[in-house]
Amino acid sequence: MSAAAPATPVYNWVAIDNDPRFQTLHSRKVTFLTSLMVFSLFYYFLLPIGAAYFADIYKIKVYGVVNVGILFALSQFVVAWGIAFYYTAKAKEFDVMAAELVREAEKIGAKK
Amino acid sequence: MINLKNKIQPALIASVLFFAAQPAFAQGAVADKWKWLTFLVFGAIIALTMYVTYMAAKRVKTVADFYAAGGGISGLQNGWAIAGDYLSAASFLGIAGLISLYGFDGFMYSVGWLVAYITVLLVIAEPCRNIGKYTLSDILAYRNDPKKARIVGALSTITVSTFYLTAQMVGAGVLIKTLIGIDYEVSVMTVGVLMLAYVLFGGMVATTWVQIIKAILLVCASILMVILVWSQYGFLGDFLGSVVGDPKVQARVAALIGDKANNLSATQLGQIFLEPGLFLKVPLDQISLGMALVFGTAGMPHILMRFFTVPTAQAARTSVNWAMAIIGGFYVLTLFLGMGSAMKVGPAAIAAIDAGGNMANPLLAQSLGGGPDSLGGNLFMAFVAAVAFATIVAVVAGLVLAAASAMAHDLYVGVIREEHVTQQEQVRAARIATILVGAMAIIIGISAKGQNVAHLVALAFAVASSANFPCVLLTLFWKRCNTGGIVLGMIVGTLVAIGLVMVSPNLTYPLAIKAAQGKIVATETANLTKLNADLTAATEPAAQDKLKAAITKSEKAKAAAEARIKSLGDDRTSIMGLEKPWFELRNPGLISIPLGFLAVILGSLLYRDKRAEDMWDELYVRQTTGILAAKAQAH
Repeated sequence: MSAAAPATPVYNWVAIDNDPRFQTLHSRKVTFLTSLMVFSLFYYFLLPIGAAYFADIYKIKVYGVVNVGILFALSQFVVAWGIAFYYTAKAKEFDVMAAELVREAEKIGAKK
Repeated sequence: MINLKNKIQPALIASVLFFAAQPAFAQGAVADKWKWLTFLVFGAIIALTMYVTYMAAKRVKTVADFYAAGGGISGLQNGWAIAGDYLSAASFLGIAGLISLYGFDGFMYSVGWLVAYITVLLVIAEPCRNIGKYTLSDILAYRNDPKKARIVGALSTITVSTFYLTAQMVGAGVLIKTLIGIDYEVSVMTVGVLMLAYVLFGGMVATTWVQIIKAILLVCASILMVILVWSQYGFLGDFLGSVVGDPKVQARVAALIGDKANNLSATQLGQIFLEPGLFLKVPLDQISLGMALVFGTAGMPHILMRFFTVPTAQAARTSVNWAMAIIGGFYVLTLFLGMGSAMKVGPAAIAAIDAGGNMANPLLAQSLGGGPDSLGGNLFMAFVAAVAFATIVAVVAGLVLAAASAMAHDLYVGVIREEHVTQQEQVRAARIATILVGAMAIIIGISAKGQNVAHLVALAFAVASSANFPCVLLTLFWKRCNTGGIVLGMIVGTLVAIGLVMVSPNLTYPLAIKAAQGKIVATETANLTKLNADLTAATEPAAQDKLKAAITKSEKAKAAAEARIKSLGDDRTSIMGLEKPWFELRNPGLISIPLGFLAVILGSLLYRDKRAEDMWDELYVRQTTGILAAKAQAH
């Protein structure tokens, strides 16, 4: 493990929290996560709700014996993977913003 | 068929499948003359995992090695380990079985298990990696009163793990007995001793590698089976076409829907197998189960713990992505495994060996390999059975580690010794706790023989989603959250979840079972009278043989139903003293999750906690940016 780690630096957490760069990171991240989470929950719960109350739609045949229900259930996998892919791409932007803060963390609001 | 359906329907519906089904035969799915082959394959897999444990044991020196593999697991490795931790025998055997018996409804069931990981990916994995160390309580104790947070966190971890562990142990005993006919007690002991060996000597390092090996075996076995199925029945559209046209599937649907089948053509019957409605009858329960999965997985202590084994938040993210690829891919395959076995083996034959359908995969393997009398068939079946066995042991090992860490790291080191302990003492405490939890699992597993444990899995997910998840989420993201909220949330979430499950249809209600079984006895008695009359009238030897076979079958069904009634004795009520369920849903999530959140919010607002307020900036900056994350690991 990290041999000879330097003494734990003293951070001014309040100052970092109030730093405009952190505020931007925080608000963008929270908005992004909340909307993605809400969308994923909405899409997922459509499946059991649809099966229970709109079963006739699920029975419509699209291609041969393949019906809407099967396609919708399979689409859940594609959408879940899509969400993971989108999140990962977006998280890299957040990583860059966070990395800058981590680099300068000790300087922000340093006590003289 | 209809009788069978009546018998298992109450025992099955929502939460879990394989533990509820009580297989009725003793000798096992593998024929006696092929048992040696099964043991050989089992032995090979056990030897491999033991070798891994031996190698791992050399690397486990510090307490961080024991609980978190020293933070040295890569994202890819952790992804496989998460899949190995998560894909239990209920997934591999139970869900494929459900699909083989109920078609579309079974497949719909598998979707939630993947979607659950979106919650883990978006809100749990990275923040937990950034501020956590070894356990769920580490996250709660960060800004809240450490002692109180550790006590409630540890109690809930031990509660969730014990419920899940007991269900897995009982499932293991039943499964191994059904597969190869080893006694229940011996099966439970074997699983217990193996799991103890992995965790005790190899800690998280060995547990991780056992989970990786098991996940790879599981995926390989599934892919191989699916390719063989496709080669016989066609791909995607053609495959589903074969399902619709299959006489065994059509007969199954006809048996399930009863009189409604009379006016339908064979193809129409087959088509119904691809439509909703054959299995899931209570829509609210289905939604409630979805909530328990989507929020409960993120509150499962043994899943959270996996994120402390990777070095950074980025690695945690990578590991969830890999886990989602593996878990999702696997659940897509269950569609072909389940429907493949419905065509290749037939739903009737699958349900005849195990009413819950758990033997669908092993039987499919046997059939694909060349049939019950061939070496290939039995070798393939032995391999699949051994994979199922490895699956149970790997999942159980992860659970034991989670419970032991809560006991040793949170309660003993954190609360009793107040962190004044040496490395050696911590490792020793962890090992002693492992032995305690392992011994407890074996004892509970054996004493729960023959019990209906379906409610235990529902309980584990209910407590994880209603107590753990609200507490962790709000501690991480809500400024006003504090010790009062955590304590109240944990207590209310746990009690409401347990309380509702205890009065739900998951438990055994003797009156309902007696009524259902009484109906079977009446039907079979009438059936027997008719068959005997036919037999007297029949003259052709072929017809006589056929009738005699039908009579034997009917007598067996009648005897089984009578035995079930007799086994209940004079019982009228469930263990809670109820004649019928008071709460109609099998999964309490719909009620208990909102209540859990409400309790955290109310508790926080009513309680003043200077520390939680002061620590907010630090916690929030750290969980968002990952400052100091690597150092937390090194300590």
